[in-house]
Amino acid sequence: MTPKAAIRAEAEALFAAFQAAGAAPVEADILLPAETLLDLYGEDIRARAYVTQDPLRGEMMLRPDFTVPVVQAHMTHGADPARYTYLGEVFRKQDHLGPRASEYLQVGYEVFDRTAPEAADAEVFALFARMLAPLSLRAATGDIGILMAAVRGLNTTPRRKAALLRHIWRPARFRALLDRFSARTPQPASRARLLQLLATDVPGVLIDQSASFIGLRSPAEIAARANALIDDAATAPIAAEEAATLDDLLTLSAPAALALTHLQAIAARMPAIRPAVARFATRLDALAARGIDITTLPFEASHGRTSLEYYDGFVFSFHAADPGLPPVASGGRYDALTAVLGQGKSIPAVGGVIRPGLVAALKGGNP
Amino acid sequence: MSLKIGVPSKGRLMENTFQWFGERGVAMRQTGNGREYSGAVEGIDGVDLVLLSAGEIPRELAAGRIHLGVTGSDLVRDKLADWQAQVAELAPLGFGHADLIIAVPAVWIDVDTLDDLDAAAAAFRAAHGFRLRIATKYHRLVRDFLTTHGVADYQLVDSQGATEGTVKNLTAEAIADITSSGETLRANHLKVLSDGLIHQSQATLFLSRAAVWDAPERAALTLLSSRLGLSVPQL
Repeated sequence: MTPKAAIRAEAEALFAAFQAAGAAPVEADILLPAETLLDLYGEDIRARAYVTQDPLRGEMMLRPDFTVPVVQAHMTHGADPARYTYLGEVFRKQDHLGPRASEYLQVGYEVFDRTAPEAADAEVFALFARMLAPLSLRAATGDIGILMAAVRGLNTTPRRKAALLRHIWRPARFRALLDRFSARTPQPASRARLLQLLATDVPGVLIDQSASFIGLRSPAEIAARANALIDDAATAPIAAEEAATLDDLLTLSAPAALALTHLQAIAARMPAIRPAVARFATRLDALAARGIDITTLPFEASHGRTSLEYYDGFVFSFHAADPGLPPVASGGRYDALTAVLGQGKSIPAVGGVIRPGLVAALKGGNP
Repeated sequence: MSLKIGVPSKGRLMENTFQWFGERGVAMRQTGNGREYSGAVEGIDGVDLVLLSAGEIPRELAAGRIHLGVTGSDLVRDKLADWQAQVAELAPLGFGHADLIIAVPAVWIDVDTLDDLDAAAAAFRAAHGFRLRIATKYHRLVRDFLTTHGVADYQLVDSQGATEGTVKNLTAEAIADITSSGETLRANHLKVLSDGLIHQSQATLFLSRAAVWDAPERAALTLLSSRLGLSVPQL
């Protein structure tokens, strides 16, 4: 075990380095209102965060990450543009008995800047890469923005696209939906039966016949979804070729410079991703200008899909050789989150965190 | 020290447990006047009977205060995080069967699968401004199940009893609860999702990994398990 004092010293050094890079230090509460986090992350966050009951303020959560309070603080009274750094504990429940810490320090760096998002992406990644360089970590990068552009560009109904976009961060459900929308799997038997009934009766009649009405979900809502199912059944499947192109994109894994060539080839078949691929190219130029070797930098199109669901552009992480260890650092772009938390306002934002505990352990040779 | 075995303290679960052990040559009985929560194991040395509420047996196993315990497999999975690291399943006992399922109003003609529930939850949240509520007391099992299957836009609300009534009372839109015949669900105008079976529970004999397993307890376990015809995991 690395002594706590050594971890604290490492954290202070990282915190100072971020300030030297131009970031203003910010503080955040440890006890956060649970509702904001639950609305953002869904019920899953309960499995990962400590929830407690305050007799006056209701459900509270021990800070599971800094992003939400830092974004909220910026949206209420931040300068524009702004660079922030923070240092403090975060708290995560662990699923398994074992060495993973449930309380550890994070040091973070966040950039809120409207002018050149790809340059800001490169700035954050290059800064992290430089600070972590002595540890010889393996980097991983991805771009959720390209995936979202691909889904938005599919030749299908807005409803199907919305369903797929909603599950970008849940790969299993995304796959099930895509397979059904592209007729690779048949619809469930119960759906076929319902559609058969709806062919002769309107939803209202079936609802009246089925059972006593109970609950808050109104007959109008039930009928609306039944009608949506009728529409969906009449919709042509997503073309096999288009679905296959999306599969190619989802499984793309290559060094970044080579990935760009692949992405440009995919964009020829899927024009909707051209602007996102152009942004990817701009980012690679910006990374190269900052001394990152893009011919070896790993890129996976699906990287970041299983993390907390707010990244919607560039994503990255840095890993130690031991696959059992959590990432030493991770981050990405979360423009949409600022809109959700900004109550009407929004600003492009990118940032990341480092775990000084792991940095200290790796330096000390005892992770 | 003797080996302590925790058994449900009343009702059918206790009777069935006594019968299961009795059929295998290990006689268990309540001592005292029948209302007193104390018991004895006969015909085998070094084994003590501890009568406990079935709901508390998982916690006692995790703490190592009992060496063996009989309780529902649903309770162990729900109450203990990383349950396989804390206890070992020695034998399913073949009674106390109940299914943990997800049920929705029967009037929801458009919902039969988790896929439907997920889509309904998204529309519900957009229409009502809050996440669709599922009433349950099995928080861990239900949340893990819904996470695995990629269902979003729901929230769990705690219900420790009469869970089937929560939908009619407008405190939840759906429920996750145990059922054996489905009678109560039907009486409350609910239906089970066709792929909404979370866990098939039955009374199960568990072993605590946290309990003290010195020579006397090991000897008692070896004797007991050979009598019961069970193989014992590595301790």
